[in-house]
Amino acid sequence: MVMLTDAWLIARKDLKLEIRSRVAINQVIPFALLVLVLFAFALDPDRGLLEKATPGLYWIAVLFSGLLAMQRAFSLEAADGVTDALRLSGLSPSGIYLGKTLSVAAQLLVLEVLLGVGVAVLYGTSITGWLLLMATIVVATAAISTAGTLFGVVAAGLRVRETLLPLLLLPVLAPVLIGATRAFEAALSGTPSEGWPWVGLMSVFAVVYAVAGIFGFGPLMEES
Amino acid sequence: MTTETVGSVEASASGPTSTGSRATMILGIVTLIALGVLVLFGLILSPADESQGDSVRIMYVHVPSAMLSYAGCFLTAIGSAVYLWRKSQWWELVAYAGAEVAALFTAFTLITGMLWGRPTWGVYWVWDARLTSEALLMLLLLGYLAVRRLAADYEVRAKRAAIIGLLLVPNIIIVRQSVQWWRTLHQTPTLSLSGAEIQGLMLFSLFTGFVAITLVFIWMVIHRFRVAWLEEQLEAEGLDTAIAERRAEGVIS
Repeated sequence: MVMLTDAWLIARKDLKLEIRSRVAINQVIPFALLVLVLFAFALDPDRGLLEKATPGLYWIAVLFSGLLAMQRAFSLEAADGVTDALRLSGLSPSGIYLGKTLSVAAQLLVLEVLLGVGVAVLYGTSITGWLLLMATIVVATAAISTAGTLFGVVAAGLRVRETLLPLLLLPVLAPVLIGATRAFEAALSGTPSEGWPWVGLMSVFAVVYAVAGIFGFGPLMEES
Repeated sequence: MTTETVGSVEASASGPTSTGSRATMILGIVTLIALGVLVLFGLILSPADESQGDSVRIMYVHVPSAMLSYAGCFLTAIGSAVYLWRKSQWWELVAYAGAEVAALFTAFTLITGMLWGRPTWGVYWVWDARLTSEALLMLLLLGYLAVRRLAADYEVRAKRAAIIGLLLVPNIIIVRQSVQWWRTLHQTPTLSLSGAEIQGLMLFSLFTGFVAITLVFIWMVIHRFRVAWLEEQLEAEGLDTAIAERRAEGVIS
């Protein structure tokens, strides 16, 4: 229970910081939209490639712009010895982990909704299979934020963290990228039954990483 | 902090003091003999395959090294778990040695696989489930090694690497599962060499391959471990010597 109240505290603190600093709104979201525009330049928009490739392009855009949000979650703490303060605060490490995960997940959800509108408008993708799309977004967000937060703290406080986090995180998230893309394809092509096994796989992934984070965060926070 | 330093100094008494010993030398000689036998059976005595010709011989080193690349990952996961649990530097270095040798074997598997794929399939690479998961395994191992080789305190890099090392096993399982579904949903699995087709001398050559490559793997892990152990000791002792020298200077003046 203490873990959950601590998590709520941390999530509120991080989101409040995010809202006040406006980095997400001023930089991360424009970057995400920029990625969508760049895809249009790379793939000829007249041949229907964009519409066909929408699921993959969408999730690549989510991953790349989500990486920026995850970098932020820990660079917030890097300045002014906040990490030490956080350790001294007596909050449970698992609570801190869950709180950070929640705040990353909330930011990802906003990003995903905006990117969804973006692909619908810019790529002319017609959206069907709402239930599967929503379920995919929820479990994929859980998977990305649980793993992202855990690897975020692994890279935190190091001089090389900006280059290290993508190297660590992206191969690990490959199954999520495959799963989310295939589930989206199934939903958009009107065969949702093919998508549900992927939702299951991503749920397993999210649970594995949530457990690893809850238990692994304590030891990781001790030394950094 | 001080208790841990004392711990590692005490432990150094029980660790290796050189890169090899009599036992590892014998192991090395046995490994060389096994490799000689493998060359004899793999390249000379065993027949060429009816459909694949001589390229089938790559299999005798490719299949064992693929299996050992996974074995190395499990070794890393076990070493990392024991390190996190018992704070044992010995096991941490086993994990490190395992990961480094596993990365080497993964690279070797990918290269031999591509060399076999070119004459057999006509291309170096196909997005087959096993190829893709082996490639992802390589990237996961490179991530572990990047963290383990950070320019930071031993404690920092060891602990962070151990978390990644421990997660290698669930990662591999999820990656394999997802890649399998990914390919089978859209395309029939690419042709494979099933064990039932291999008989006689070819089967024996494959068996020799397993023995020889496993011996190479063990020899490499042991030596990599010993070198890593000595490196860590040198770092710790180098600091002690420097402090002692500095103190001695103070006494003289």
